[in-house]
Amino acid sequence: MEELAIKTTTKQQVMTGSQAVVHSLIAEGIDLIFGYPGGAIMPVYDALYDVEAKLTHILTRHEQGATHAAQGYARATGKVGVCLATSGPGATNLITGIADAQIDSTPLVCITGQVASHLLGTDAFQETDIIGISMPVTKWNFQVTKAEEIPYALAKAFYIARTGRPGPVLVDITKDAQFETLDFEYKPFKGMRSYVPTPQLDLEKVKEAAVLINAAKKPLVLFGQGVLLAEAEKEFKAFIEKADLPSAWTIMGLSALDSDHNLNVGMLGMHGNYAPNKLTNECDVLIAVGMRFDDRVTGDLSRYAKQAKVIHLEIDPAEVNKNVKTDVAVLGNAKESLSALTELINENEHENWLAKFRNLEKEEFDEVVKDDLNPTTELMTMGEVMDKINLHSDQKNIIVTDVGQHQMVACRYAKFKQTRSLITSGGSGTMGFCLPAAIGAKMGRPDAQVIGIIGDGGFQMTIQELGTIFQFKTAVKIVVMNNEFLGMVRQWQELFFEKRYASTTMVNPDFQTIVNGYGIKTKKVEKREDLEAAVKEMLAHEGSYFLEVMVGKENNVFPMIATGASVSDIRLK
Amino acid sequence: MEKKRFTISVFTEDVVGILNRVSIIFTRRKINVESIAASESEIKGIYRYTIVITETEDQVKKVVGQLEKQVEVVKAVFHPDDETVHQEIALYKVKTGVLASGGNAEKIVRSHNARVLSVETEFTVLEKTGHKEETQQLFDDLKPFGILEFVRSGRVAITKPMKTLSSIVEQLEGLVKN
Ligand SMILES: Cc1ncc(C[n+]2csc(CCOP(=O)(O)OP(=O)(O)O)c2C)c(N)n1
Ligand SMILES: [Mg+2]
Repeated sequence: MEELAIKTTTKQQVMTGSQAVVHSLIAEGIDLIFGYPGGAIMPVYDALYDVEAKLTHILTRHEQGATHAAQGYARATGKVGVCLATSGPGATNLITGIADAQIDSTPLVCITGQVASHLLGTDAFQETDIIGISMPVTKWNFQVTKAEEIPYALAKAFYIARTGRPGPVLVDITKDAQFETLDFEYKPFKGMRSYVPTPQLDLEKVKEAAVLINAAKKPLVLFGQGVLLAEAEKEFKAFIEKADLPSAWTIMGLSALDSDHNLNVGMLGMHGNYAPNKLTNECDVLIAVGMRFDDRVTGDLSRYAKQAKVIHLEIDPAEVNKNVKTDVAVLGNAKESLSALTELINENEHENWLAKFRNLEKEEFDEVVKDDLNPTTELMTMGEVMDKINLHSDQKNIIVTDVGQHQMVACRYAKFKQTRSLITSGGSGTMGFCLPAAIGAKMGRPDAQVIGIIGDGGFQMTIQELGTIFQFKTAVKIVVMNNEFLGMVRQWQELFFEKRYASTTMVNPDFQTIVNGYGIKTKKVEKREDLEAAVKEMLAHEGSYFLEVMVGKENNVFPMIATGASVSDIRLK
Repeated sequence: MEKKRFTISVFTEDVVGILNRVSIIFTRRKINVESIAASESEIKGIYRYTIVITETEDQVKKVVGQLEKQVEVVKAVFHPDDETVHQEIALYKVKTGVLASGGNAEKIVRSHNARVLSVETEFTVLEKTGHKEETQQLFDDLKPFGILEFVRSGRVAITKPMKTLSSIVEQLEGLVKN
């Protein structure tokens, strides 16, 4: 969790509601926000004008871009992402990003302007019931109609967004409340009786879990974003190393454990690795750490790990027994739970069991990986692009992906040596996520090499954010894997809809010309012999760089668990 | 798993919009709410929603978990019918003439222990409290005589298990560091 340097302002100051908004943000330690102005939020923009030195506002090209940028920023830094938008269409444009942040537990504070309070409910110009609309996709939301409510509402908003299982919150502020004056005083929010962010660790449960782990002959650990959110990477590593526990990740947990760690047995789920999926149905104790058994991970639940005892380390009680019946639930923050559990487990070795993973890995390598990374076909694969990035970088990149085939390929093949390095839209699968999220990640981590991996389809969903890169000189690297198809949908049509390719062909414009127009260095690679040099050039380039790689149109992502199939029915082709 | 009738009690802070947050949880899972009643609880500032649904126990548990997860929900619990003492109130408007004629209608009202709340020349308002089956029985019995208007409240329920709301609130307040 971020260092909390929330300031309590000492003496009261008379100011307007809009000034109170910006001073609350500053007191909360925020120095960067994303947004887009408009009528109902103009007073806040006016107040921002006076504090530009302390609080930078990034003007995205669409409010959806602001939310994804704030998500990228939050995911890369562990801080709360902040977005600002006007009422009506500005506010509704935030919804896709808010929903994405909700399902992927990303801390966001969204501030929207609203029509003046006397106009509420009158269908006034640009009035939308954003409280009602955002309710199902926010952790909490609140409408401010009086200036004096602002500091308290924002302090509470940040507290709720950041604590426990993080998530997005929205504070809607009527225009009259922005103009009104108040005696400003900012106090950090301390908590509330109706909200217990982190359940207290029950040591009895930890003991029960340890007993199961100590007796296990074939244990398997599944880890998710909970490890990252709790900053429990070290504790996690100590835990699995002590008892020699093979560990597989969800895409939200990716990069919490180094790719080349000998206990990292790969990716779970629909396009994950062969070994962990197969062996989920063979393990005797399944230990889930900060993951929520999403259906893309489990496949058919009635044939999921039925033979295993299930241990679930989880911060959110509502996740326990939601999808998979749990034998021992250890509620709490993963950092604490893992430390306590590591103390109670025995040192152990599971050589034979690990060998099973290695055997299946080899099978997958021969059937799938070899041809993905070193294809013998004339057409290029997405896998070989990722392989070149691994080869020519220090593998300390922050990889941001969009949604589709390239996302699965990027997650499968990108190598990581640092945590918080893979940013993807997991639960929502929001196309258009990557470009703005990569911008936000780069702004949060200017020191890092941030590489966005996007499909030709998703690129065009938020392509306007190239303008943000141009204006703010954001040195992100953008790789478009161009297959001239909505590839993932095409793959399903091929496999499950008798090759009836309804509306998945993309007739694309010349991306080079477009991106050039934004002053970004570009390169298009159509032949394999040019790929390596282009990747090297991109990685070495100081500023932003756009690399378009023409890849095979009809390549499919394997392995694959078809919808409705069991994890152990995973197909290699 | 078999579906049963459950009473869910949700205790919330007194804030605008909380009813919407509560109802979204049911809407999202396409669960039909059979009745809902809301009032302030024995603790000032904490509201109590009594919600009746027919669902599997497994599903009810998940719903209650999601309810309790809402930031402004203090506590949510569920009970099968045999663990609650519950009542509903029903009001019936019938033509006064029907009762005055000294016929069967009067007998029915007596046998159901219904109360007469108001007598006007045109109509009379009767009241009966009880389980839904009981208020429904009176409805069915009066139907042949003509019912001009009928309304039944949502179920209100007191749970038999003894843990008090105030002890729960006290414990929760202890967790908030000041
Ligand atoms: C906003 C949104 N609309 C539709 C989809 C459904 N969808 C999932 S993957 C995909 C195709 C993506 O195509 P592209 O961006 O070219 O990536 P590729 O699969 O070809 O790598 C689509 C349409 C989605 N995930 N998000
Ligand atoms: Mg494509």
